[in-house]
Amino acid sequence: MLTYIIRRIIIAIPILFGVTILNFLIINLAPGSPVDIMIDPNLPPEALEAQKEALGLNDPFYIQYWTWLLNLFQGNLGYSLVTFQPVIDIISERLGPTILLMLSALIFGLLIAIPLGILSAIKQNSVIDYLATGGAFMGVSIPNFFLGLGLIYVFSLQLGVLPSGGMHTIGAESSFWDTALHFVLPVIVLATAIAGKKIRYVRSSMIETLGQDYLRTARAKGLKETIVVNKHALRNALIPIITVIGLEIPLLFAGAVVTEQIFSWPGIGQLTISSIMSRDYTTLMGLNLIAAFIVLFSNLITDIAYTIVDPRIKFQ
Amino acid sequence: MNVSNLQPNSEINAKILISEANEHKDESYVKMVLRRFLKHRLAVVSAVGLVLISLVALFAPFLAPYDPYAVTGAFGAGPSAQHFLGTDLVSRDALSRLIYAARVSLQVGVGAVAISSVIGTILGLISGYAGGKVDTVIMRIVDVFMSFPHLMLILVVVSIVGSSLTNLILILGLLNWTGMARIVRGSVLSIKQLDYVKASIALGFSTPRILFKHILPNVLAPILVHATFGIANAIMVEAALSFLGLGVQPPTASWGNMLTEAQSMTVLTSQPWLWVPAGVMIVLTVLAVNFIGDGLRDALDPKSIK
Repeated sequence: MLTYIIRRIIIAIPILFGVTILNFLIINLAPGSPVDIMIDPNLPPEALEAQKEALGLNDPFYIQYWTWLLNLFQGNLGYSLVTFQPVIDIISERLGPTILLMLSALIFGLLIAIPLGILSAIKQNSVIDYLATGGAFMGVSIPNFFLGLGLIYVFSLQLGVLPSGGMHTIGAESSFWDTALHFVLPVIVLATAIAGKKIRYVRSSMIETLGQDYLRTARAKGLKETIVVNKHALRNALIPIITVIGLEIPLLFAGAVVTEQIFSWPGIGQLTISSIMSRDYTTLMGLNLIAAFIVLFSNLITDIAYTIVDPRIKFQ
Repeated sequence: MNVSNLQPNSEINAKILISEANEHKDESYVKMVLRRFLKHRLAVVSAVGLVLISLVALFAPFLAPYDPYAVTGAFGAGPSAQHFLGTDLVSRDALSRLIYAARVSLQVGVGAVAISSVIGTILGLISGYAGGKVDTVIMRIVDVFMSFPHLMLILVVVSIVGSSLTNLILILGLLNWTGMARIVRGSVLSIKQLDYVKASIALGFSTPRILFKHILPNVLAPILVHATFGIANAIMVEAALSFLGLGVQPPTASWGNMLTEAQSMTVLTSQPWLWVPAGVMIVLTVLAVNFIGDGLRDALDPKSIK
């Protein structure tokens, strides 16, 4: 078990390096060097050249990468090209709201998907099954920005029951209830896509489990159907679902970019868009790097969790 | 050809018989897939719908009542007899723009998926067939690409290289091949164990011939299914990028950028004809492609009986 975890971490290391290399390559694709932006354009060319030399911008590519990597390991992601603040500070300020939003959406999405998926597997070809499957298709096919705008239109503008954006009411004293209300619409938008994907996954996993021999045995020994389903089938059907939760994290980040933009959510999604608008490439690459780290880390956790819940996994 | 007329000992006729039998077998496979596909009613309805949308896109110049770029004089006017879906804030006919925008979505969907399918298939074939170090390297590269949240990476690249329609297709295609590579690799891993592949190796066929003539045809089913869902995904990503103002740029109409205007509260509340139809078109198109993908998956699944 321990050796498996260690091996899994060792596999993650080259991927981590790959992520930093790809990240660095893309930064270097960006037009203009940082010097052009940060330094007075009226400077004579020789002085500019001297500055570049001093900053190491004339070094060969691999040395620049190495310097950048060393800085990275000290938690230095460089400075914003716009505000000149350290990128790591800008991002850590924004990370909390995004993670809170993503986690709420993940939990809410699963709370919808798991019961619905199981119901439609138990009652195949029933009305519930058709509704759940239809809803699942709808959930994956509706663009999050269209759903978000539709929800704002109905619940904020027509009915006036929910706030249309932000995390707190501006000017008001922040209370738990106020923040909770602000969570409702963005969480629904993000959870819809998750639930849409997961309903069908839970359904097929459950159908496969229901066909297993040990369930026939359980029924044969006279157990009630509810016990067969809830105690014997459910546990085993949920195992593969754990593995795919990790796969949702990149999707959640992507969803967060659009959702945060629509709902003016003060997270890293909105920061991504504003950095693109202001061509703040260092912040952008910091954002991508942090997101990729979180994805890698969550994949690692999922793999380990999988081996804990399913003892049948062999550690080769 | 009537079999009874053939002379049984003629070598040529025997060859004809075999080739005819093969032809018939191929035909019956296609027929079988088609028959299964036709049972999936939603997929059939979706296929018809998608053909209609494609025809509208193809014949846009004949179907659109106005030039999609022409300024008509009424700014943000509601639906009327002259403008069925009203006019946008620059006073262009909304229906005409909606029709022309279908071209963008379909081009991005098909174009991006064509590129990513070719890259993913080739790398997947090589990775699965070669195994060993080659496999490890290719799969680690896939892992690296998959670690980045897709939309974020695409956004950065688009902001650097610019967002013309060609660029969008290229970027979506070049950054989206990883899923296909994994699927093809997985299929190749099981197929290369089969006797007929071993026989081709023993016969001394070249590796490209084995890969493309012997293995590829047997991986086509998962490729086709994955590509179909990929089209739906590409259409969604293009719409999201254009909505954020980073995709297809006005004056070119795209369903995504038609929704951008709805970020202003006045348009959102009082001019729903400007944003609802474009959103509905995205939903319908993506839904249709997803249903077709589902139908194809059922029809091509060798495990399902019938």
